[in-house]
Amino acid sequence: MSTLEIRDLHVSVETKEGPKPILRGVDLTLESGKTHAIMGPNGSGKSTLAYSLAGHPKYQITQGTVTLDGEDLLEMSVDERARAGLFLAMQYPVEVPGVSVSNFLRTAKTAIDGDAPALRHWVKDVKVAMENLRMDKAFAERSVNEGFSGGEKKRHEILQMELLKPKFAVLDETDSGLDVDALRVVSEGVNRVKENTDAGFLLITHYTRILRYITPDFVHVFVDGRIAEEGGPELADRLEAEGYDRYLTGAASA
Amino acid sequence: MTTASTDLNTPTADEAAAFGGEPAGLSTDHSRAAVDGAHTHGNGSSPQGSRAERLTSFDLADIPVPSGREEEWRFSPVARLMPLFDGDLSGAGVITTVVEAPEVQVEIVGRDDKRLGTAGRPGDRAAVVAWNAATQATVVTVPAGVTASDVTSIRIEGTSNDATAAHLVVHAEENSSAVVVLDHVGSATLTETVEIVVDEGANLTVVSVQDWAEGAVHASSHRSRIGKDAHLKHVVVTFGGDVVRVTPDAEFTAEGGDVEMVGLYFADTDQHQEHRLFVDHAVPACKSRVTYKGALQGEGAHAVWIGDVLIRAEASATDTYELNRNLVLSDGARADSVPNLEIETGEIEGAGHASATGRFDDEQLFYLQARGIPEIDARRLVVRGFFAELIQDIGVPEVEERLLASIEDELAKSMSVIEGPRA
Repeated sequence: MSTLEIRDLHVSVETKEGPKPILRGVDLTLESGKTHAIMGPNGSGKSTLAYSLAGHPKYQITQGTVTLDGEDLLEMSVDERARAGLFLAMQYPVEVPGVSVSNFLRTAKTAIDGDAPALRHWVKDVKVAMENLRMDKAFAERSVNEGFSGGEKKRHEILQMELLKPKFAVLDETDSGLDVDALRVVSEGVNRVKENTDAGFLLITHYTRILRYITPDFVHVFVDGRIAEEGGPELADRLEAEGYDRYLTGAASA
Repeated sequence: MTTASTDLNTPTADEAAAFGGEPAGLSTDHSRAAVDGAHTHGNGSSPQGSRAERLTSFDLADIPVPSGREEEWRFSPVARLMPLFDGDLSGAGVITTVVEAPEVQVEIVGRDDKRLGTAGRPGDRAAVVAWNAATQATVVTVPAGVTASDVTSIRIEGTSNDATAAHLVVHAEENSSAVVVLDHVGSATLTETVEIVVDEGANLTVVSVQDWAEGAVHASSHRSRIGKDAHLKHVVVTFGGDVVRVTPDAEFTAEGGDVEMVGLYFADTDQHQEHRLFVDHAVPACKSRVTYKGALQGEGAHAVWIGDVLIRAEASATDTYELNRNLVLSDGARADSVPNLEIETGEIEGAGHASATGRFDDEQLFYLQARGIPEIDARRLVVRGFFAELIQDIGVPEVEERLLASIEDELAKSMSVIEGPRA
């Protein structure tokens, strides 16, 4: 049982005009086995939250704390956070030419576990995970994300999540740019990890359609850098019907 | 008739100068450039005029000591190369040792041996000095029809920094096949001629490794002559030395010739590594492929790559492509990359070039680190990935293993730089 606790998190990005505040006091507690959906309009700071948790150097934490089972996550380097059990499925995965997917996966698994995985089991695990995500075998020998379609990149992110077995996974707009079939395959992957591990999920999305496949335990509406409303899955249905206008008006008048 | 449809793009003088003058990290990829009216090809449009008109000569008096403003020398640290321009240089600062395959003949001959001077002609001051100052030459012959059962290794060890000239000939006779590796170690001030003659139907691989110790200054003119249906794989690997300038020329003498020119370099703090290539398509139906990749790190690391390809009017059905990629790993390093393609006939199979210089990408680093991979390992993965395909292309296992080890050594240096300030 693990807990990821975000308290009063304020984050800025550096711009030409000086630091620009994006997150303005986020409070959120994630627990193993639970799925939280973060929904909100564009520019509300959803992705900033994801990248700040992972430790992207572009984002400056100006206030607040993030702890993973009591350990200060913000003190850790990017790779230390990953080794502590945090995983970020990125919206725009990065190409790494000349590094094969199989080499990359093995290097990451070795880094996370501290030991190289036993070869026979590892080869089988990778094979099964790829089959489950309907990824062709040849994929393993391609360079990481190079020339991948949008759907292939997202499957590859979920593949990593399945193999690296994080304590908490942040999925940053994993549904964006996917057709219905790809969305179903990717969602199945997330659901497998939910069933087979005790991971907690932070599902960041603009649209409700991925929530038809992955049922959240909690839904948080993100507006202007903080959580504006919280509820159960029924809140997603209400957003589907009403959109975000209600919150935007509220924020403008606040 | 096939005409080259894309990728034909010779930088104009302004463009080349701008590119050369830009800080490292900017990239141009001519492979994506479309043909446009602002660019012309051949007819003296490239900054230095046509390669066909470039002066070549065996006579010292014809090629004066450069000032550094010449097109040939504008990227080079001419002052540091000055000892190699002295027409009277007479040092004996290298020891040459050959371990040959049993089928291969090795001779030491005088400078009047008629087998010398058959491949190309000196094209710059260092080369014409090398030709005139060398008192003897090492001639390596792969007899006709023979397939060498082992690699032939030529070790050139620098023992002093007295300016020295050396001459080497590698001759693969008809239908022979061999691998010859030149290995430059120690420290020397050396101007060198390497003549490579590949007769009809022969298949030769020549690898030249510049693994000099600190202080070495080296200019080397590689001149290749490729016969009918002959194949040459020419590999240049440059890691060590203070200043290394290798100028590989390749010319075809009959149809069906095929040259692959592969280069790999890793420039460190204050190292100057320059590779100037010239492929002369003077006869029809020959093929050339040039692929050079380099990494740079540290203040004052400088890599220069010039790739000239000339397709003469007679050279119909030519197929050529050249590519240069630079990976800049730290601030203060500079890469100059200038591909030049001159085309005097439209009746070719294909012609193209690409050049790009990129920085080690912070987003790549973040992505790999976000998967738990520490920064050191992430950098190693990216640099290895950058060179991986090229190393596989070399096809000489001993050289490949050594290269991987050298890359590890270079990375270890950069890691200590990275870790230093953060520790």
